Formats: sequence, C-alpha cells, structure tokens
Amino acid sequence: MKIYIENRRFDLTDPSVNLLEACLSLGFDVPYFCWHPVLRSVGACRQCAVKVFKDEADTRGRIVMSCMTAPAEGMRVSVNDDEAREFRAKVIEWLMLNHPHDCPICDEGGECHLQDVTVMAGHVRRQSRFPKRTHRNQDLGPLVNHEMNRCIQCYRCVRFYADYAGGRDVGVQGCHDGVYFGRPSPGPLESEFSGNLVEVCPTGVFTDKSLKRHYTRKWDLQTAPSVCVHCGLGCNTFPGQRYGTLRRVRTRYHREVNGYFLCDRGRYGYEFVNSPRRILQALLRQGDNALAQVSAEEAIRLAKSLLSSGKCIGLGSPRATLESNFALRTLVSPSRFFHPLAVSQHLLSGSSLSLLRRFPLASLRDVSQSTAVFLLGEDVSNTAPLLALALRQAAVRAPRLAKAALLKIPAWHEAALRTAVQEEKGPFFLAATGPTRLDDLAAAPYRAAPGDLAALGFAVAHALDPAAPAVPNLPPAAAELAERIAASLKSAAAPLIVSGPSCGSEALLHAAANVAAALGKTNPQARLCLTAPECNSVGLALLPGGNLADVLRALRDGSADTLIVLESDLYRHADAALVDEIFTAAKHVIVIDSLANATTARAELVLPAATFAESSGTLVNNEGRAQRSYAVCPPKAPVQESWRWLTALTPNVSWPRWEDILAAMAVSSGDFRDVTTLGPAADFRLVGQKIPRQPHRYSGRTAMTAHIDVREPAPAADLDTPLAFSMEGSPLNPPGPLIPRYWSPRWNSDQGVHKFQIEVAGPLQGGDPGKRIIEPSSEPAGYFAPTPPASEGDGEILFTPAWHVFGSEELSVHSPGIAELAPRPYVALGPVDAGRLGVRDGAPVTVTLAGRTLALPARILEAIPPGAAALPAALADLPFFSLPARGSVSLAAPAAPEGRP
Amino acid sequence: MLSILRTIWTVFRHGFARRFTVQYPEQKRTYSPRWRGRIILSRDPDGQERCVACHLCSAVCPVDCIAIQAAEGPDGRRYPEFFRINFSRCIFCGFCEEACPTCAIQLTPDAEMAEPIRQSLVYEKEDLLISGPGKVPGYNFYRRAGLEIAGQAKGEGENQKPPVDPKTLLP
Ligand code: SF4
Ligand code: SF4
Ligand code: SF4
Ligand code: SF4
Ligand code: FES
Repeated sequence: MKIYIENRRFDLTDPSVNLLEACLSLGFDVPYFCWHPVLRSVGACRQCAVKVFKDEADTRGRIVMSCMTAPAEGMRVSVNDDEAREFRAKVIEWLMLNHPHDCPICDEGGECHLQDVTVMAGHVRRQSRFPKRTHRNQDLGPLVNHEMNRCIQCYRCVRFYADYAGGRDVGVQGCHDGVYFGRPSPGPLESEFSGNLVEVCPTGVFTDKSLKRHYTRKWDLQTAPSVCVHCGLGCNTFPGQRYGTLRRVRTRYHREVNGYFLCDRGRYGYEFVNSPRRILQALLRQGDNALAQVSAEEAIRLAKSLLSSGKCIGLGSPRATLESNFALRTLVSPSRFFHPLAVSQHLLSGSSLSLLRRFPLASLRDVSQSTAVFLLGEDVSNTAPLLALALRQAAVRAPRLAKAALLKIPAWHEAALRTAVQEEKGPFFLAATGPTRLDDLAAAPYRAAPGDLAALGFAVAHALDPAAPAVPNLPPAAAELAERIAASLKSAAAPLIVSGPSCGSEALLHAAANVAAALGKTNPQARLCLTAPECNSVGLALLPGGNLADVLRALRDGSADTLIVLESDLYRHADAALVDEIFTAAKHVIVIDSLANATTARAELVLPAATFAESSGTLVNNEGRAQRSYAVCPPKAPVQESWRWLTALTPNVSWPRWEDILAAMAVSSGDFRDVTTLGPAADFRLVGQKIPRQPHRYSGRTAMTAHIDVREPAPAADLDTPLAFSMEGSPLNPPGPLIPRYWSPRWNSDQGVHKFQIEVAGPLQGGDPGKRIIEPSSEPAGYFAPTPPASEGDGEILFTPAWHVFGSEELSVHSPGIAELAPRPYVALGPVDAGRLGVRDGAPVTVTLAGRTLALPARILEAIPPGAAALPAALADLPFFSLPARGSVSLAAPAAPEGRP
Repeated sequence: MLSILRTIWTVFRHGFARRFTVQYPEQKRTYSPRWRGRIILSRDPDGQERCVACHLCSAVCPVDCIAIQAAEGPDGRRYPEFFRINFSRCIFCGFCEEACPTCAIQLTPDAEMAEPIRQSLVYEKEDLLISGPGKVPGYNFYRRAGLEIAGQAKGEGENQKPPVDPKTLLP
C-alpha cells in the first residue's frame, strides 16, 4: 500500500497498522500519549493529530487522530502542517493546565514522555493563571510511588494494569477534570506486574520506589544490555549503576521474549547486588572457625594446593553463567562435574531438557499468539511471571480474532475490540494443585494432586490420538474434561501446552509431552512451553552431571575428597541432612559465590564472585535461547567472574578474555556451536569507536571521585566486549544485542524504543539479541506410558509446593521491597481437611513431614483439593523439602484447652 | 625622522596620563553582582536548603565538575545528600546557575579562589551552602510545586485548589 507523507511516497509493508504506527515506523516524530505499542489505540489524548488530504488537489485537508486512522491507498498525510502543529500545541497546553510543573523533584524527569511531547509539540509558555487541581496520593506499597498531581488522563495505567495484566486493584475514579487513577484505598499493589506502571505511565505519577531511595537521573546511569537472573524466562533488562551501586532495572525490549514488560521480581530483585551480605574479599576459615580475609594471590595458591590431590568434585550452578559452569567442568573434568540438585530435581531437569530437544517450543510471543491453551500443573504467575502475562493475552486471543473478523475492527483499535469482546475468553484450560492468579481465565479450573493432573494430561493425549496410551481408572469427571480439552485443542489453529517442573512431578512433564506429541502429529503450529526454575537451569542441564546423592557416594567411596561449589546454596536444593553429610564427608570445601549463605558458612575457602551486574556471560532460558548479558560496571578487585577464578586454578588453560572461553565452549559441544556469535565480537566498532555505557550527558565525571583524589581516574578498560565503561564512543544506534539504553534526539524517555526497531513493535535494527541453541528434533515423538502417582513418605496429607513470586527466589529476597512482600511461612489446607481437623484460618498447626515437625500458621484456601496441603517452596525461612510428599497436619497442642496431644 | 620624534612624544605624553592599573591585592575593586565567580548554594526565604538535587546543573556543566546524590528527608523534601564541585575543573561559565530551576546555585562576585594545593579546590556542600537566598530573595520552589511536605498539605501551596475527592460524582 502506498501513502504519501509530506509529499514523499512510502510503501507500507504492513497495512494492518494505524497511521501513527506507520508514521513512527517511517521515522516521523508524531507526539502521542495514550497509544502504546502493545496497548494500542483508544483515542483518549488527542495529541497525535495530523492532517490528511483527499488527493493532490485537496489543499484544505482535515485533522485526524493518527492513532485512530487506518492508512488508505494513496492517502496524503502531513505531520508538519501548520494547522496540525497548532492543534497539537493547544492540546498539550490544555493537558498541562493542572500539571504541577515539579520536574526538578520528579523521578520521571529526564526520561519523561510528557516532557518530550511538550517540547516536541511546541508548548513553551504557560498562559493560564488559574489555580491548579491537586490530588491526594496513595501509599502503593514498597515498589511503586504515587504522585497523582502529574496525571494527564491518558488511561494507560488502567489499560495496562487492569485490562492487560488482569490486576483488580487499580482503576479510575471520580469524574470530569478530577479523574483519579489508583486503588480503592491505599495499600500495596496486588499485581506482580505493578512495576510496569512506571514505564507505561507517560508522566511521573507512577515511579520506581526502589530507585527513589538512591535516586539517579537516567542520564547519570551507566547501563548495559543484561538478562534477568530471577527466573528461567531470561527477560531482557537494562540495569543502571551509579557511584558503585546498582540503582534500578528497566525493560529491554525483546520481541520474542519479554516484549515491553518485566515482572516485579525482575525489576526490583536487583538490590541483592548492593546487599551487605555481599562477599567482597577472598576468605579463609581459621582455626577458631572464623573467616579471615586473604589476598587474591594467596587464595589462588591455597585453592591450588587444596586441589592438588586431584580428587576434586565440581558442583555447577543453575544460576551461574554458562561460562562459569563450563570453566568448572574443565577444571574438574567432565566426569567429576555434578549438578547441585537433589535426586528428584535432577531428574526433572534432565526430563525437561529431553523434552526441549523433542518439541517445537513456544517463545513468550508465540505463547501470547496461541489460540487455545492447556496449562498443566504449573503456577506460572509465581514461577515464570511473564509467561502468565503472555498466557493472559492468549486467553483473549481467539474471541478477539473472531470479533475483529466479524465486525471488521482493525487489530489496533483496542477500545472497539475490548468493547466487542467484553469478558469473553477463548479456550483456556487450567489444571493446578491449588489456587493460581490465572484462575479467572479458565471456565472451571481443575484441581488435583500432581499425579492426578498428570493422569488428566495423559487422558487428553489419548483423546487427541488413540495411539497415545490410555489412562486406566480415570474418574468420569476427569475423563469428560479430557475429552473437552482435546476437542478444543484439536480445533485450535495455534494450540499450546504449558507445564513445568515446579510441581515436582516427572509424570506431569511426560503427560505434557504426550499432549504435545499428539497435537504435533496433525498440527505443526502446536507448541510446548516448559518453565525452568532458574536463570540458567537449561544451560546447566546442557552440561551433564550427576546429582547430590552421587556426590555423597563419590565422597564416601574415596574417589573424591575436595568439593568446589559454584554459586549455589546447596541447602536450598536438597535436604539439610544430605548436605550436612556431604560437607562432613568432604575434606576440603571451596565455595565461589557472591552472597554469604548457609553453604559459604561451611566452606574452608570462599572466593568472591561477581554478580550479573559486574560480569558478562551467557544464560540459556527455558526455551533454549542463549542470551548474552553484559557487565554494567567492572567488578571491584578481588571480586571477579567465577569463570576467571576457575580458569586461574586450571593448569594448561589460559582464557584471558571472554572471547577465549567462548571459543573453547564452541568447540567443546555441538550445543554450544553458536555461543561465539550471539552478539558482535569484542573487536566490533561502530565507525571506529566502542559503544559507551554512559550517556553523553553523564554528569560528575571530574567530581565524583574528587573528594578522594582530585585527579580523575582513567575509565576501566573492557577487553571483553565492544562496550566501554565511559561516555566516550559512538553516538550511533548500536546493533540490537549491544543497545545499552534507549535514547535518541527528542526521545529521552524509553518510549523512543521505536527508534531502535525496524518498525514499531518489530525486530531490533541489527538483529534481535540471543539465539535458540536447542532445536526440536525432526523425528516423530513417541509417547510416554502413564505412571501411577508415586508417593513418598506416609501420612494422610499430600504436601505440594506453593511457589511465591516474592520469596521463592534466592537472590531477589535480598531486595528490601521484595522481602517486604514475601509471605511468612504457612501451610495451606483445603476447607474439607481444615473442617475435619478443626483448623481455622490463621490457627497454629503442627506439620509432620519427612521426619521433621514444623509449627506453622494455617491458611484455608478454597482451591486446595481434599487430602492435599500446600507448603511454600524455597522460602528463606523454611527448610528444603522434596515435594510432593506425604505427611500429616494436626492442630497445635498448646492452644487447645482440652489438652489434646 | 619625523615619525621617530612623534613616537618619542607619544611615549612622553603617556608618562602623565591617568593610570588604569589597579594595585591588586592592596587595592580591591567591587565586581558587578553578575560576576561569575565562586559558586554558592543558597537557601529559600524560610531558611531551608533550596537545592532539590534535580541534577540539572550537573548535567549542563560542560566540564562535568558537579557531582550530586539526591536524598529525601522525612519531611518529604528532596535535598542533596552530597553536593561536590571540583573548582579545579570549573570554568565559571555560569551554565549551572542558568539551568537551576530553584535558583539554588548561584555564581558570586568572589574571584579569590586560588589555592596552592589543587585538592583544596574540591568543595563539598558544607563549603557551598550560605545562610541566605543570595541574589534571588523571594523564590520558594516548594510553595509552587504541589508536593506534600511537612507543614504544607496537598493543595495548600500557591495557586492550588484543595485536593479532589475522587469518590464524588458531583459536577
Ligand atoms: S496516571 Fe499516568 S498512565 Fe494513568 S492516566 Fe495518568 S498519566 Fe496516564
Ligand atoms: S519473568 Fe522471570 S526473567 Fe522475566 S523479569 Fe520476571 S523474574 Fe525476570
Ligand atoms: S560554572 Fe560552568 S563549569 Fe562551573 S560548575 Fe557551573 S556549569 Fe560547571
Ligand atoms: S540545578 Fe539547582 S536544584 Fe538542581 S541540583 Fe543543581 S543546584 Fe540543586
Ligand atoms: S495517541 Fe492518538 S489520541 Fe492519544
């Protein structure tokens, strides 16, 4: 389709966009507020006015809202027409009538879309002399700050929070010029996506509360392209650093992965980097059991002497980079490389990987574009939050497509589509062990124990393809549901099956595999999506190794006596008794980690590891996508990347630069073939220059360290990457994988991301970051046989893990905001069992499980099936349990006056 | 010949001309208040620190010699936790003063800043902060900014309406 803008002819490749999107993609700066690349158009702000002419002869034209206009063949458009410009200047003047003009103390200042548009639209002098409207603010909890005076009523916040992310506690109140955006009453925001308000709101109404505590303007932040380390999805981020501490994390757009959003764990979990628990020196255990500081050289000498026996075992880590795991494996030799996982978790990680190798996998974008979903067992809101956000979009996709076709509504016309679709949902089937925050999407969520969920999955596969094994003795309700799910998945154009290891059930993974295999036989669009517990779980699985029980065996039979633990707290991965035995059996223990934890407390020698903020490395996400994360700042010696410590201990190996270890990895295994080409090589230069991590307005260069020494230090060199720890370098837009921040002339806010995309919401210029290194096999997938649910332990209650977005992840709980939102330990019972045991909500109960007795308060949750209970998983205050397992719950004794036991 | 005599006469005549050289430092001159000399941080009319740590002066500074860290007090006012100017780098361009939205940072007619040791030219907030409003007597940013601070609730600032009650639907 050809259109003319400012009398220049353009050919639109995609005519399904609106005029605003077309103009932005073609490089015309049209100001806007209420349009958003994902939330699309509602026509609320009137800021995006342009003039449209009928034909060449038409000299008068008419003003239209570009975000609400579809481009038409031969259409003539003027953005710079005088009347259109004047119109836009008047609109912004009127939107600014009540604005408090408090940019100096506003955290949005310097990266504010309202500032950018005000300047762009040409409103320079306030003429109104009337008093300004004011609003009271709300305390929205530890993550988001609220300053309602600054609102311009674009409605983006509710459209994101309520309409897009399914939040129920933010809405619009009031009327006329007093509309108010907030909660019904002050209190913490309930949605785990609340932090996106900070980026979605074009003004300073919602700002980052964690940043506020150590506030820094965007132009003063040293940033680099990074990858979130707080779950297995590998969302792309921009962490920002100033004066040696990490200040905040913002979204880095990746079309296939996180799009324009992050979850709150990913956005606010970063503060562990600044934690007082950081290990900043090499530490050696002394005779009196205290740890004393030793120099890096001394530490390496000691470590070498500890390793000299040659009987050393290495424990890799699901949260360390591929490089560090590879370096450890090289140091100890592949046969002595182990995973820090209990038997059950190790099994799940291996099965997950084998499924990843067999099926076409869904990226988060594929997930949001699927038209029928079967979510089997995984509580994604808590284990892989952004997957939940993508699933929410998938749930409304089928009715939206249908309504759009029926009523001829263009896809960008959000207001019309939402009105047409109302509450209608597409096929979305949810089977879970307890309540989830996606329950509202499914017509009737199915709740059962993990084994029964697996049975349902196997039955669905059988209903899809009679060749898949049938499930004997399935309850009629489940059998009927399985038929319905199968019918719906079968008729869908893009069906999706989602599962994961978090229930602790391998049968569940097998069931999901059977469904994917059965669907794949007839529909090549069918996709599988599995979650991964940690940021590099899949990367670790690609480096095979035994589990913790094998480690103990090797230590006991004398084939090993020394242990190197890489970036993992073993007490979080296995039963404390087993870990204690391992440490007792090992003669020497070396731990490389960044935060002090129960495992470093057992170490003889502790080496300080760099966190993601100080190291560059490769992480493999849940769909096998290897992505590079670049250091934001150099590590402060002696802290260094774990792989550098390990390389220093390895004889006959010299990998001085990141590239060297990547090259060694690439030849070590077919899986790692592509790790050298995930981003531009270290000698990449943009017109002869490196890419600056500091913005060109970075301030204080000659004063920030002047109190220590008036002479400025030279910027640290970066030999590993094409990025520089400096404000000097190329001002041009770097290729996708190297973009350190979004900024272009006139676009100070992150809204300017479209200047880095080929087209609005399209791929990044110069290529999207990362690459899938696991490709599905072309062989037809076979079926797993249904396994009867195994039950460990005895007792009448089956305990299943309940994951928490805030609290179940190791690193993010060291952020004050996340720690505040993490739950206290509890045990959740269904109403049936609670009634039987006489337990009321909040009552203290005694849990007996795996030989331990715990006193916990009870929660009564409607959605927990009879005979089951949920125990929070991986909470810092609870010991590790290998769940699901059987145990018992009884009313705690002391409170009962009748003297029950 | 004539030109040589004319030159000698001119030189002789200048021996009796009025002298412009100032015998500094014995003899001091007053500079115009607009003189761009030693930088100070002023206070607003109620004696509070004017600087709100907006980082505009530091961003505009062409030699990047201002380093600031923002902080917020329990009274809701933002202030610089530290404010450092490295005068050994400052070129006294006055951009910082021009950029400052609160009239906090001001250049003064004090040119006598020489130090034998360069390190002594690093000034911290304590060295910069004066006790008065400097060249701009009346301005008080927080009276206009619409922010809630101790002693000034929402809507109590200058030219502001009382806060909206979002629960009412009356016109
Ligand atoms: S709070 Fe922000 S996002 Fe919401 S309407 Fe106001 S300006 Fe728009
Ligand atoms: S969904 Fe996972 S990877 Fe993405 S931001 Fe959240 S924690 Fe990080
Ligand atoms: S006078 Fe100029 S050089 Fe000196 S601090 Fe101000 S902006 Fe910087
Ligand atoms: S511009 Fe003014 S208010 Fe802002 S930081 Fe500088 S001195 Fe403070
Ligand atoms: S962006 Fe078009 S009306 Fe708001």
